[in-house]
Amino acid sequence: MNITKDEVAYVATLARLELSEKAIDTFSEQIGDILAYVDKLNEVNTDGVPPTSHAISLSNAFREDKPVEHLDRDKALQNAPEKEDGDFMVPKVVG
Amino acid sequence: MPPKKKMAILWSRKSSAEQTRNLKQENDMAYNTLTIEEALALLRKKELSAVDLTRSVLDRISSVDGTISAFISVSAEKALKQAEQADRAYADATAGPLAGIPLAVKDVICTTGFRTTCGSKILENFSPPYNAAVIERLEGAGAILVGKLNMDEFAMGSSTEHSAFMTTRNPWNRNRIPGGSSGGSAAAVAADMCLGALGSDTGGSIRQPASHCGVVGMKPTYGRVSRFGLVAFASSLDQIGPITKTVADNAILLNAIAGYDRRDSTSVPREVPDYRNTLKNDLKGIRVGIPKEYNSIDGTDPEVKTAVETAIETIVDLGADPVEVSLPHSDYVVAVYYIIAPCEASSNLARYDGVKYGYRVENAGNLLDMYHRTRSSGFGQEVQRRIIIGTYALSAGYYDAYYGKASQVRTLIMEDFKRAFESCDALLAPVAPTPAFRIGEKTDDPLTMYLSDIFTLSANLAGIPGASVPCGFSSEGLPIGLQILGKHFDEGQLLNIAYQFEQATSWHTRTPDV
Repeated sequence: MNITKDEVAYVATLARLELSEKAIDTFSEQIGDILAYVDKLNEVNTDGVPPTSHAISLSNAFREDKPVEHLDRDKALQNAPEKEDGDFMVPKVVG
Repeated sequence: MPPKKKMAILWSRKSSAEQTRNLKQENDMAYNTLTIEEALALLRKKELSAVDLTRSVLDRISSVDGTISAFISVSAEKALKQAEQADRAYADATAGPLAGIPLAVKDVICTTGFRTTCGSKILENFSPPYNAAVIERLEGAGAILVGKLNMDEFAMGSSTEHSAFMTTRNPWNRNRIPGGSSGGSAAAVAADMCLGALGSDTGGSIRQPASHCGVVGMKPTYGRVSRFGLVAFASSLDQIGPITKTVADNAILLNAIAGYDRRDSTSVPREVPDYRNTLKNDLKGIRVGIPKEYNSIDGTDPEVKTAVETAIETIVDLGADPVEVSLPHSDYVVAVYYIIAPCEASSNLARYDGVKYGYRVENAGNLLDMYHRTRSSGFGQEVQRRIIIGTYALSAGYYDAYYGKASQVRTLIMEDFKRAFESCDALLAPVAPTPAFRIGEKTDDPLTMYLSDIFTLSANLAGIPGASVPCGFSSEGLPIGLQILGKHFDEGQLLNIAYQFEQATSWHTRTPDV
């Protein structure tokens, strides 16, 4: 299966990436090659085969619902590009 | 260091007594060539101080890393402080099992003492607020952390050429890649710039660089080692493991890092054996499986084939019984992996948004503009390529055709291994189809680069352990590795086979002329 330039540009937007025209060209060609290769999976009959998302089956790893110490606020904020009054700061969301 | 001195130490690896004698005659620069096992013996006898050992490692880094480029960060001050503590611990008999051993870890493992970059511009100045579980364990055992090692950005790559900072050189030939993504880890161990290292392996990223650099690498069973504090690439495939000069050293490091951790919900609560004790069994009656499909993999270098076949013969000579096995879905492994890993990556890497940590572009007009520009200037080409593949394969209309289908074929690949392990105890195979390729050789063609991962990807998809042990050299003097794959949680069996093979051969005693 091939991927068109429009599809690459659209998926890039979904992934919050801004690609140059040149990058869109290169990626659509390279990703097209990769997807064409991946198409060989269609040779495999998978009727009734359950999917695997995890190689080691574990049941849910529950813990007791008790409050525990967590990362303190200053540490959580120490790497923030911009912060104010104990909060993360972002550029304006609308407009 | 003059090569002659180094050789003197090398030859002495066989006998500890002889070695001690030689060491005393030598400049202490050569301590960095010791194995972990040898260094621990000398430290415990107080014939070597942790400070001298650490200095020799730091001196080695200063003298050769300018040409190898394995380290992203080094802290001499921190390391020497830890070394002084280790010496005090030996003096008052409170030394832990790794006290005074200078190690380094791949820069994908969170450390409070060093920034953790993942080889990416987007995390260039990231200072983790906590240590990874494996760092707590290593430091708790008394190990010294000398620095952080180069890698392909977010562990995506087979050569370290996708690092945002530099390409690591193969110590055996500087025009060759060291392998990847843990190329910095393997090169640093091979060039004696640390006594051992940790890497991470999502599709071969420990085993392939270990093979290309002539050292020992182990990807443990999924869930054996805590991923708490390992920056996520593909969460159902990622696993941390040791890269060392010898198999015994690998067992020593695995002892230190393996075990349950409640902070990683995929960590498995299961007892950890003392892996050093698993090295003592002979191979009589051990059934080693040779996957017949691996014989006809396109592009396998004849020298790799010969080296692996000779290694299998050696293992059979040691008493193992060879069994032909079949892994019928081998031809689909690369396709399955290069859907599943990018899908998981595209989801995991959504967190790099310029808000909570990491790089943020300047003068963004609004939030969306900030996201787009931060991510496209912060991530390199390979990472963006995989995010796009993953996002596409997970998007409406394509999910079933790609992610769904790949997850089903993954089940069939796992069943292949399950069936194979009914008739054998371990599988023997190449690690990589060729010795280390040239820097720049495959950077323009991602699919060709992906195809070179053919022998290593399936262990991650199936969650089984896999080891790489040196088994020869190409005519150009490049190392070749033998891969040993085992059942879930059977690392001890792999280490034993690797150890018996290592003791019967001399490949591990060769060192590169750096």
